[in-house]
Amino acid sequence: MEYKNLKKRVRVNELFINIILFVSSITSILITLGIVFELGKESILFFKSGVSILKFFTSTEWQPAIGNFGILPLLNSTLITSLIAMLISVPFGLFAAIYLSEYASDKVRSIVKPVLEILAGIPTIVYGFFALTFITPVLQKVFGEDIVEIYNMASAGIAMGILIIPLITTMSEDALKSVPKSLREGAYGLGATKFETSTKIVFPAAISGIAAAVIIGLSRAVGETMIVALAAGSGPNFTFNPFRAAETMTGYMVRISGGDVGYDTFDYNSIFVIGLLLFIVTLGLNILSRHIIKKFREVYD
Amino acid sequence: MITLNKDHINNIKTRNFKGKIWYIVFISSAVISIVFLSILILSIINNTFGIIILGLKYNPETVSPGKPLIKNSRDELIKLLNDYSGIDDDFTPAMLKTLNNEKDLSLRTEKDLYMIFFNNVLQPEIIRTFSLLESVFNKNIIIEEYNLNKDSYPILRMEFKSWLNPGLFINTQSSHPLLSGIRTAFFGTLWMVFLTVLLAMPLGISAAIYLELYAKDNMLNRLIQVNIYNLAGVPSIIFGLLGLAVFVRMLEPVTSGQFLRFLFKSGEQTTLNGRTIISAGLTLAIMVLPIIIINTQEAIRAVPSTLIDSSYGLGATKWQTIWHHILPYSFDRILTGTILAVSRAIGETAPLVVVGASTFIVFDPVSIFSKFTVLPIQIYQWTARPQAEFRNLAASAIVVLLILLLTLNLTAIILRERTVKKRV
Amino acid sequence: MSDFKTDKYSVELKNLNIFYGNFQAVKNVNIGFKKNRITALIGPSGCGKSTVIRSINRMNELIPNTRTEGEIIFNDFNILNSDIDPVEVRKYIGMVFQKPNPFPKTIYENISWGVKINGFKGSRHKLDVIVEKSLKDAAIWDEVKDKLHHNALKLSGGQQQRLCIARAIAAEPEVLLMDEPCSALDPVATLKIEDLMMKLSEKYTIIIVTHNMGQASRVSYETGFFMVDENKTGFLVEFDKTEKIFVNPVNKKTEDYISGRFG
Repeated sequence: MEYKNLKKRVRVNELFINIILFVSSITSILITLGIVFELGKESILFFKSGVSILKFFTSTEWQPAIGNFGILPLLNSTLITSLIAMLISVPFGLFAAIYLSEYASDKVRSIVKPVLEILAGIPTIVYGFFALTFITPVLQKVFGEDIVEIYNMASAGIAMGILIIPLITTMSEDALKSVPKSLREGAYGLGATKFETSTKIVFPAAISGIAAAVIIGLSRAVGETMIVALAAGSGPNFTFNPFRAAETMTGYMVRISGGDVGYDTFDYNSIFVIGLLLFIVTLGLNILSRHIIKKFREVYD
Repeated sequence: MITLNKDHINNIKTRNFKGKIWYIVFISSAVISIVFLSILILSIINNTFGIIILGLKYNPETVSPGKPLIKNSRDELIKLLNDYSGIDDDFTPAMLKTLNNEKDLSLRTEKDLYMIFFNNVLQPEIIRTFSLLESVFNKNIIIEEYNLNKDSYPILRMEFKSWLNPGLFINTQSSHPLLSGIRTAFFGTLWMVFLTVLLAMPLGISAAIYLELYAKDNMLNRLIQVNIYNLAGVPSIIFGLLGLAVFVRMLEPVTSGQFLRFLFKSGEQTTLNGRTIISAGLTLAIMVLPIIIINTQEAIRAVPSTLIDSSYGLGATKWQTIWHHILPYSFDRILTGTILAVSRAIGETAPLVVVGASTFIVFDPVSIFSKFTVLPIQIYQWTARPQAEFRNLAASAIVVLLILLLTLNLTAIILRERTVKKRV
Repeated sequence: MSDFKTDKYSVELKNLNIFYGNFQAVKNVNIGFKKNRITALIGPSGCGKSTVIRSINRMNELIPNTRTEGEIIFNDFNILNSDIDPVEVRKYIGMVFQKPNPFPKTIYENISWGVKINGFKGSRHKLDVIVEKSLKDAAIWDEVKDKLHHNALKLSGGQQQRLCIARAIAAEPEVLLMDEPCSALDPVATLKIEDLMMKLSEKYTIIIVTHNMGQASRVSYETGFFMVDENKTGFLVEFDKTEKIFVNPVNKKTEDYISGRFG
């Protein structure tokens, strides 16, 4: 009878493959480290060159030419455009999600869902074009050309809102759908109408999943670039009037980097500082959202 | 004991009424996305076609009777240039001579000669463009505008123009809207997508295989996974900054192609900086990598465990199982996920602005070290210009971009359907 | 290879304990599986019999956080030892699964793939011979000889399972593990597989997990009866000659189960 050797053998190619695969997955860590390192390095250079951190966060003027580096105008318009986007996308997105999850027939879903997918897949530059060539003229017609500037935050915000609707709808619908059927049946059993069941039982039960969707939507809006770069105007401007032009953080980054900026200049360093701030804000929002979803899943899974 | 009195019935009535009102709100919200999409598409088409009012010095039909001007041969064009020089001060024989000295006219291409004639002799000027809707419903305004300019130009034309025309694909960038096209941008997009897929797909699939099939549940691997989810949510412009700092600046000797310069003919294509296709491709590859990894992980997770068991049960090694069974089974899904990720790369603008896609470029890219521009950048630049006719060009470029994306997505859907069928 | 039945053990489980994370799935199992015999493992569902059979060719460790303690002796090796290669073990201890799971390839490829990965380097003709012989041994040759290059998933469930058996024996294992091989099949197909098992036991040691007591009594030489304790941990209640277990079990619980009083 043949001798069977069952001892472990070294399979060189398997080992080699294992290493390649591991290195591939490490790449993602390197990317993150690269982002943190580069943004951090340039930011330190920025503040080392004489900009005070306190002034950076409190000054309402951004005029690099005369040494005024206050992030507030850029931050302010980022928040205003994002807020407008949320005002559009949260109600529409949520109501659509309730409809799709609680009311819609398969036929309606089979139409609405692909439309949402298409909306989500359209490049943001196209939304920027849309904001500038359609939304702005409409706003000007409605509110008057002397009130609405050609470049304005409202038009960019509305376009961003439309862009984010699919995201909020899809995530909220998932949250609503994962509410157990028994909860709905319980409500019906007590004589609740469909509307009451949907809004007073199912909606509160899914609230954390919906919150996560809204937070992700906000993160998208804060980081959105091309729509604001095209439609919100260039030039930092500290204003709360949504019909006026005001550059956002991302808009500033596009304008500065689009003009062949020289290395190690104030301009060059400044886009990295703003990038770092943007990175921290969006990362924080994403982590918060994922944390909420995780908690939410623990309740129902 | 409850008895149904009038109050109860009224109560139910109001409750049902409230429910109905809200039902209408809900369904409207769901339908409004269809409305938004329709308006979006219509507004683009509205800008793609329409009447233009065009002022010219000469009528092209009388200049070149019987055939379009561009169809003339080199000799015919040179003759035309000679004939039309010296008629007035706009284009003198001396100017033609200077051009000849720069480069012999008989050595120039037909297109070059045509453009000289176009810019110097015909001197077409778009006076105003109208959208499709205006062209159909506001004829009066157009005619008014036409009459207003009638005396200012030797030839005044009012014609319906499709901005989406073959010339769009033939022409490169130009300062004249009638000579502008997306040729360079289209090739730039193709090069960049090719590079992005080439770089991101193997890396993404490998990482996904590791995470799904090799990674033990430990701190490092959990960190990698969480990190990938977080990277997927980082705004694209941040990847642009990373690309600018690392690929364009730090790796400039590599990404500018200087280290390989002895291989290339030096010429206008050589850039002395790292703002090249390879930098853009690397940047976008990094951006789509997390998406490809996540999609591939899902595809691998969908492989039935019975298939994996039967492979191991026969004494297959891990890699044999992956290579012969897991990857072939999940390939369609991986491809679908990759296509969706690539669609994102195709439409992406912000990171490419940051890594420095060229603003004005008239040469097709010839290697990964070429300067480049891509469709979204071209759209961005045209849209950002104040002249309305460039918006028309932007709209037609958007149509091309959307058709490209639609084709890709249809491919993904067909693949998905095929996969479903195969499983049944 | 010896053709006469002996009482020599082919595989021996000694004090086997299996854990999924903190949960102990099986405790203190001691069984000797005799060479060229069919041994059946029976018991109510969730009693750990599948866990035991999957540990014999170390398939369990494909599930994360599984821990196996004790000894499994095969050819003088304790195959649970850390210096043993599970891939090598599976070449000698083949397995047939509950649900027929041919590869989504042709019938021919289903057989040839396993042969090839196990180091076969012969000619195409030699491979043809192996494929034919395996299919004949699995009593499916006559049904598939004209469609060797058709997709295996087009076969019926019973045919697919016999193809899986052919695939397993093409690698010439010594032991064949069968984890409820007939649970997804109709009675006619089941009968065919049972006949096949009897025939195969002349060459192979067969270990079968089944919930069908009739099947155990029809095909097996010896039978082990498993149950769960109060912690849902499976343990071996009784192990003996099949006739003994079915006619005159020692343990009251075995008797209750056999006579259908629970489970």
